[in-house]
Amino acid sequence: MAELKYYLVRRMITFIPTVLGVLVLVFIISHMIPADPARLWAGGEKAKPEVVEAIRKKYHLDEPYHIQFMLYLNDLLKGDWGKSPVTKRSVFEDIANYFPATLELALVSSILLLIMGIPLGIVSALKRDTIIDHIVRIVALIGVSMPVFWLAIMLQWVFYYTLNILPATGRGVAPQVSYTGLYLLDSILCGDFNAFTANLSHIILPAFTLSFIGIGVIARITRGAILDVLSADFVEFSIAKGLTKLQLYKHILKNALIPVITVFGLQFGALLSGAVITETVFSWPGIGSYTVKAINSLDFPAIMGSTLIIALIYIITNLIVDIFYAVIDPRIRF
Amino acid sequence: MRGLRGLKPREIIRNWKERNKSRIREWKLMYEAFKRSPLAVIGAILSVSFIILGIIGPYITPYDPCAINFETMIQEKLQPPSLQHLFGTDEFGRDMFSRVLAGARTSLQVAIAVMVIAVPLGLILGLVAGYYGGVIDEIIMRITDIFLAFPGLVLAIAFSVVLGAGIESAMIAISLVWWPGYVRVVRGQTLSVKENLYIEAAKAIGVSTRKIMLRHILPNIITPIIVLATLDFGSVILVAAALSFIGLGAQPPIPEWGRLVADGRKYFPQRWWYTFFPGVAIFFSVLGWNLLGDGLRDVLDPRYRRKLEFEKEIKV
Repeated sequence: MAELKYYLVRRMITFIPTVLGVLVLVFIISHMIPADPARLWAGGEKAKPEVVEAIRKKYHLDEPYHIQFMLYLNDLLKGDWGKSPVTKRSVFEDIANYFPATLELALVSSILLLIMGIPLGIVSALKRDTIIDHIVRIVALIGVSMPVFWLAIMLQWVFYYTLNILPATGRGVAPQVSYTGLYLLDSILCGDFNAFTANLSHIILPAFTLSFIGIGVIARITRGAILDVLSADFVEFSIAKGLTKLQLYKHILKNALIPVITVFGLQFGALLSGAVITETVFSWPGIGSYTVKAINSLDFPAIMGSTLIIALIYIITNLIVDIFYAVIDPRIRF
Repeated sequence: MRGLRGLKPREIIRNWKERNKSRIREWKLMYEAFKRSPLAVIGAILSVSFIILGIIGPYITPYDPCAINFETMIQEKLQPPSLQHLFGTDEFGRDMFSRVLAGARTSLQVAIAVMVIAVPLGLILGLVAGYYGGVIDEIIMRITDIFLAFPGLVLAIAFSVVLGAGIESAMIAISLVWWPGYVRVVRGQTLSVKENLYIEAAKAIGVSTRKIMLRHILPNIITPIIVLATLDFGSVILVAAALSFIGLGAQPPIPEWGRLVADGRKYFPQRWWYTFFPGVAIFFSVLGWNLLGDGLRDVLDPRYRRKLEFEKEIKV
C-alpha cells in the first residue's frame, strides 16, 4: 500500500493550490463590487470624506490588494466570514446553521442517484437495444433537459396539492437532541421513530427532484462502462477459466464502476447547483435557500460566503472521489 | 444560354460535382446517418423551431406581450386557458401565450451571446495551451481548474450578483462560467492532433503557427466541439432560466421563461397555467438541443459513416 500513500500525498499537493485559487477568485469577485465600497457603505455620493476615510481604514480598503487578500485569508481562518449588513448576524454562524440541511439533502440525493442510476445502467447494458435501453436513454435526455425548479413545482402539484401524500415544504421535525445536524440520522439516534418518518416524508420530494437530473447521466455512463468491460479480454478469459456467474459479475462491476465514480464526482457539482434552486422551491432551510434570500436583499457577504462554502464542498467531494478511485483501481496510483 | 467561361450552367454544376465528389459523398452519408436517427430529427425540428421563434416570436404574438391594458385588466387577469388565450392570462391580464412566445427571444439571445463569447475564448486558450505547452499551458490550465472547481450555476450566481441583475450581466456571467469547459476539451484534442506527421510537415515548410493552429489543427478537432456546443446551447438556456427564476438575469417587463415560472408560483396551483406553460417551453427547447447534440455525435463520427458506407456496399 506504499504507492497509495504517495498518491494521497500527491493528490493533497494539488488540492491546496485549488483551494487557494478558489479563495483568490471569490476575493476578486467580492472586490469587484461596487466601484468604491467605502463610499457606498458611508451613504453614497453625499458621504462625508472623514467617514469614508474611517471606513476605508477600518476595512483595510486603503491597503494594496495582496495585503487585503492576506487579511481576508486571516479572517476566514479565524471564522470571521463577515457580517451580513441585512441580518446583522455573522455569516459564518449562519452558514454553520444552514449547512447540515444541505449536506443531508445532498447525501440522500446522491444515494438515490446511485441506487437508481447504476441498476438502470446495468439493465440497459444487458438488454442493449431493447425497449428498456431506449427508455433509459429517453429518461436520461429528459433529466438533463428538465428545468429543476419547474420539476420541483410539478412534483409538489402532484404529490402535495393533488394526492396530498407528501409535504411540499420544510424539513420536518427537529429531533430532541442534535448530534450531527442531520435530521434523519439524529432521529434514529434518538430512537424517535415518528420524527424519522416525518423527516423522511419531507426529504423525498426535494431529494428525488435533485437526483432526477443526474439519474439518466449515471445510467448512461454505467451502460457504456459495462459494454466496454464486457468486450475486454479478461472477461473472455474468466469465462474460459470457468468462473461462476456471480464471480464474473463482481469483476465486471468493479471495473465498470471506475468511470461511473468519476462522473458521479462531476455530477455532484450539478447536484449542488440544483440544490440552490430546489431548496428555494421546497423552502428547505439549507445554504441554497440562504443564498437566494441573500440575493434578494443584495447581502454580498452572505452570497460570497455561500459561494465559497459550496465550492469547498465540491472540491472536497472530488478529493474523496479521487481517493476512493485510487483505492479500487491500483493503476491510478502511478 | 451561355454562362461562366462559355460553359452551360449544367456543365458548371457537373464540374463542381466532379471536383467535390468525395465531399458530396460524405455529406450524403451524414444525411443518411441523420435520417436513421429519429431522435436527432426531432431534435433538429425542435431546435430550428426554437431559433425561428426566437427571431420572429415577438412579431407573431396574438397580443402585445409586455403592454398592460388597464381598462380590461380587472376582468382579463388570471384567466384560465381558452380559445382567446391559449395559455391563459397573467395577473395583469396579459396573454401568457404571447409572453411565452416572446420569451423564446430572451433565451435565444443569452444562448447565442454565451456561444459567441465563451466558445471562441475557450477554443483560443485551449489551442494555445495545447500547442505551446510549458509555462503557458501551466498558467492557462491552473486558471481553468479554479473556474471548474465551482459548480457552474453557483459561480454564475456570484458573477451576476456582482454585475447587477439584467440580461446583459446574465450573458457575461454565464460566459465567464462556460469557457473553461472548452479549454479543457480543446487542449486535450490539440495535444493528440499536434503529434501528427502533417503538422510536422507544415512546420518544416514554414507555415506560420497561427495558420497551423487554425487550418491544420482546428478542423481536425472541431467535431467534439460542435457536439459539445450543441448540447451546451441547451444547458445555457437552463442556467439562464434558473438565474431568472431566483431573480437575477432578465428583468420585467421582458418576458423570460424562468422568471414567468417564478412569478406564477404566487398563484399556484389554482392558476396552474401561469407556471406550467413557460416550464414546458424551457423543457422542449432544451430537449431539442440535447437530442440534436446526441444525434450529431453519430452523424459527425467518421467511423459511423464508414460503417454506413460498408452496409450500403453490401446491399449493392
